[in-house]
Amino acid sequence: MRSHSHIVRGLVALAVSTIVFLVPFAFIVLTASKTSAEASRFEFSWPGDFVLLQNIAEVFKVRDFVIVRAFINSTTLTVSSVVVMVVLAAMMGYVVQRRTGLFTNAARMLVLAALIVPSAVVPTIWVLQALGLYKQMLGMILIEVTGGLPFCVLLCSAFVATIPRELDEAAALDGAGPLRVFFGVILPLLRPVVVTMVVVQSVAVFNDFTGPLYFLPGDENATVQATLFNFQSQTLSQWNLLFADILLITVPPLVLYLFFNRQIVEGMVNGAVKG
Amino acid sequence: MTSRSARSRYPLWFLLPGGGLLVLLFVVPTATSFYFSLTRWTLFDSTFIGLENYVTFFQDPQLFGSFVHTLVYAVITSVGKVVAGLALAILLNGRIIARGYLRAVVFFPVLVSAVGVGITFKVLFDPFDGLINRALGVVGVDGPGWLTNPDLALASVAMVDIWKGVGVSTLIFMAGLVAIPRDYYESAHIDGGTDWQLFRFITLPLVGPATMTVVILNVISGLRSFELIWTMTGGGPGFTSDVLASVIYKKYQAGLYGLSTAGNVVMFVVVAAITIPLYRWFRRREVAQ
Repeated sequence: MRSHSHIVRGLVALAVSTIVFLVPFAFIVLTASKTSAEASRFEFSWPGDFVLLQNIAEVFKVRDFVIVRAFINSTTLTVSSVVVMVVLAAMMGYVVQRRTGLFTNAARMLVLAALIVPSAVVPTIWVLQALGLYKQMLGMILIEVTGGLPFCVLLCSAFVATIPRELDEAAALDGAGPLRVFFGVILPLLRPVVVTMVVVQSVAVFNDFTGPLYFLPGDENATVQATLFNFQSQTLSQWNLLFADILLITVPPLVLYLFFNRQIVEGMVNGAVKG
Repeated sequence: MTSRSARSRYPLWFLLPGGGLLVLLFVVPTATSFYFSLTRWTLFDSTFIGLENYVTFFQDPQLFGSFVHTLVYAVITSVGKVVAGLALAILLNGRIIARGYLRAVVFFPVLVSAVGVGITFKVLFDPFDGLINRALGVVGVDGPGWLTNPDLALASVAMVDIWKGVGVSTLIFMAGLVAIPRDYYESAHIDGGTDWQLFRFITLPLVGPATMTVVILNVISGLRSFELIWTMTGGGPGFTSDVLASVIYKKYQAGLYGLSTAGNVVMFVVVAAITIPLYRWFRRREVAQ
């Protein structure tokens, strides 16, 4: 009798969650596969002419292949900021965890404050301008690094706490300097948490719209999220292209998720519970 | 002697690159924002005008409205994600068919960008042709203008926010639920406890730390949320779904940098004034238990 109610409950959950969570995705795919006229009726229906590939080709051609440039920009931004973020966060997390003292405490406070307090927009532009980095890719990279750093430092220091101190002591006794100990011993051991950070932060940076909106304006520097927002106002009658674009830029995070599904899950939970 | 060598093994300069960036791009802008919020500012020069920006902020009904909307939005999304997240976590932790599929499906929206989600739901929410009102029409309900009705727009965006973000809350709750020993349920069950009693007296108290994480995380992100609102309503109709973050952007676009920065300072204060006491309250309750 109990197992019977389990099955019923399971089927209801299956049906409801499919409708609530999957129908919007199906709608994206279906609309992206329709002709312009059919898509503008907003119907949830199988496309009369299945023209997904033509639509994607069309999206590429919009405004002189702006989407290609945007993909290059977004990839550059994501890869560079995530690499720098992870290395700097691991170094900070390691020392903050292993040492006590005035500076490490200050660093810990700084990280916590940065995690909670949202950054002030125009003063940040002012700082970037003073450094000559406003509207520059390098400036945007540094902004993303700073934004993701607090979360990553907490994640790393929590993980370093589980690595026995004897390990770095033994390496040091063998004559390895601090850099050798860190890059040769500690960083390889941080592998699981590094994978988590890479995946979670890549999705975050790739999907970021507000950051580039403020700190990297201009058509030359457009990121994929910016093109999506601009397409929305420019291709009003061409909903099929708009949705093909949504589909296109959702593919990279989705692929990352399919490959690293377990790590994302663990990382989000660890980071969130510790943070 | 040993302490000396131990210290040099963990050199302070390891903190420098990361710490330097945080100082440069977090501490400096935050600290100077307090001054700049008291000025009329063009980025090149600033004139001190005292509290004028703040007076404008709290006297202008549109700007003050955005302050209220921010609080309402943060409350709706946080409560929604706690309730839906806990319910989904209990469901997904139990013995249920197609668990892997359900987990993936609930987490999917987390991966899509806010802009993509916003555009999609704008179409689904269309008052006449949108899928939601069509579906309601089939069962004979006349669906409202979700994003065009001034009384409804903010709540509609908040619903989409819950839909998009509930996957993360669900995961955190699932981790919290796994930590509750199974024997508690078994012995309570033997003593004749009902499902509701099990939930009320075992699950709810023991999932406390996860609840704290979910609430604080969602309050922080709810108070600063911008992308979904900006994509779906742009703060409209009128100013009925404007929040602090969208006002900061609008004032920045209008070149009113001092006023925009005052909005930022208001946001810091609100975030700190809510999260710190909330954190203390959760901690006290945990100790009391």
